[in-house]
Amino acid sequence: MISHEQRLQRQAMQDRAFRWATLFFALLVLLVLVGIILSLLIGSLSSIKAFGFNFLVSEDWNPVTEVFGGLNSVKGTILTSLIAMLIGVPVSFGIAIFLTELSPVWLRRPLGVAIELLAGVPSIIYGMWGLFVFAPWFADNVQPWLMRATENIPAIGWLFQGPPMGIGLFTAGLILAVMVIPYISAVMRDVFEVVPAMLKESAYGLGGTTWEVVWNVVLPYTKNGVVGGIMLGLGRALGETMAVTFVIGNSHTAVTTLFDPATSISATLANEFTEAVGELHTSALIELGLLLFLITFVVLALSKLLLMQLRRNEGAHS
Amino acid sequence: MTLGRKLILSMGVAAMFSASVFAADITGAGATFPYPLYAKWAEQYKAATGTGMNYQSIGSGGGIKQIQAKTVDFGASDAPLTAAQLDKDGLLQFPTVMGGVVPVVNLEQVKGGELKLSPAVLADIFLGKIKKWNEPSIASLNPGVKLPDLSITVVHRADGSGTTWIFTNYLSKVSKEWNEKVGNNASVQWPIGVGGKGNEGVAQYVQRIKGAIGYVEYAYAKQNKMDYTQLQNKAGNFVQPDDVTFKAAAAGADWKGTPGFAVVLTDQAAKDAWPITGATFILMYKKQDKPAQALEVLKFFAWAYKEGDKTALGMDYIPMPTEVKTVINTAWKQITDGGNVPVLK
Repeated sequence: MISHEQRLQRQAMQDRAFRWATLFFALLVLLVLVGIILSLLIGSLSSIKAFGFNFLVSEDWNPVTEVFGGLNSVKGTILTSLIAMLIGVPVSFGIAIFLTELSPVWLRRPLGVAIELLAGVPSIIYGMWGLFVFAPWFADNVQPWLMRATENIPAIGWLFQGPPMGIGLFTAGLILAVMVIPYISAVMRDVFEVVPAMLKESAYGLGGTTWEVVWNVVLPYTKNGVVGGIMLGLGRALGETMAVTFVIGNSHTAVTTLFDPATSISATLANEFTEAVGELHTSALIELGLLLFLITFVVLALSKLLLMQLRRNEGAHS
Repeated sequence: MTLGRKLILSMGVAAMFSASVFAADITGAGATFPYPLYAKWAEQYKAATGTGMNYQSIGSGGGIKQIQAKTVDFGASDAPLTAAQLDKDGLLQFPTVMGGVVPVVNLEQVKGGELKLSPAVLADIFLGKIKKWNEPSIASLNPGVKLPDLSITVVHRADGSGTTWIFTNYLSKVSKEWNEKVGNNASVQWPIGVGGKGNEGVAQYVQRIKGAIGYVEYAYAKQNKMDYTQLQNKAGNFVQPDDVTFKAAAAGADWKGTPGFAVVLTDQAAKDAWPITGATFILMYKKQDKPAQALEVLKFFAWAYKEGDKTALGMDYIPMPTEVKTVINTAWKQITDGGNVPVLK
């Protein structure tokens, strides 16, 4: 029989052990992160030494003369993600609003499950669908029409020119949009659902339309979650590899229109890493990885800044 | 005998048994082009001798890396290493089979093997200087062929590849501009076009984009029923890619006099030669840490040279000529154990 005191002591020890264990796990994440940065830095050292700042502004990617620049890959990554966000965010927003505000109750569940299932489809499936089904259809039916329709519009006409082959920057962005929509809309739906019914009902009671309620009540209440969901989608879009590699065209030439074949950082890595002969080529690829890491970091930091800004404005209003 | 002793004994026997099995299995990695053949050879060899061969088709560049890291018993590459590179690492290089690289096109109205291209036209297409299929430079080579008013889409390999090495080697030989602007390598800075990963990737893009032209290994084009073109060779004749024209390209080569057998078979002078022909190579260390393994590797390839020709021909690869095999057999004497004794008696 152990005394009350002993038991207390033991429990205190258990508590301490638990705290140390969780601290260790948390630190492990930090350790891995530092490890990744360090190994990326070490791996890209010879490329950084050889090309310096030029790596960021050079469009060359020449394995024969061993002159490498990351501009086209970085551009491809950012542009495809941008296209994906421009299409994906409004659509996801619509889906989430429909599911939480407008949908008949019996439809909510099946639609919600369908979206969650879509989020679980492996990216290579999207890539294959993009290449085998979407690209040929897009090339035959949409691209020629888009080219004709926008031909004479001054500001955006040049965007939609180029060879109509269904493969390129725009297709990659579209596929990415399809891929990130389930993520963003699932998060948005979840956060929209936690808005207190009283808030919404009060707004409706004041005579607000659905749009007014969503825009002025639901969205401000859930902005943290909404920005988080968008960032989650953007993170996936930036790093997506297989689906993009299938449809982007894997070309290191500079893009001039949205229909041009291009390449992204992850696609370049997937294509060339195993076959890169020579230290400089491998090192340049690792430096691209480092750049992707930095881009993701900057995007994350910007989203935090955005949230802070929003919060500050909030204070000013009240 | 006690139970303990029995156990120890049976474990010992098991260990000996498994050691004798696993030590004999040989491993290799590299070029994707000969992979189907090596896999078939391995299967037949296993059936004949009981020794297994595990080949990973990770690409020529990967094969070179793996053999340098000594993780495999042999590496394989479609692009021959130069004598200087071989000497630096102490590697021996020998060819196993040959094959051709063929331009493949997606043109609805044009039948497979009907379209004729000259070296200059091929280079100009891949340089992006010829943009449409009905341009006079192509039409003048193809009287009677109805060429569509269609943009040309160039498809190339996105990954580094021995196929690309052979193809760009040819273009560098026939076009001064290509040689200066792009050059010859397993991966190059393509002036134009879209990139597919692997032969499959190129094939997919070519089959999906109307007016596309790409290049793949002949065996791959044939098995997938792709439309290839004729090419004008150095002698000025238009030839179809097949075993006859590949053999003709190989016949004129000086295997004996080229260090490391680094013979490049592109743009050969023979009358019937297919201009984009190449051999695929095996890389092994001359000084072996594991002479027993090296012996097994050599035994495997000796068997392949002797018994494997029929299989190779059946899969659209061209076996090495007999006299070349004899030279290679002599070269194998350079592979030695620690005491400079050849592993192959």
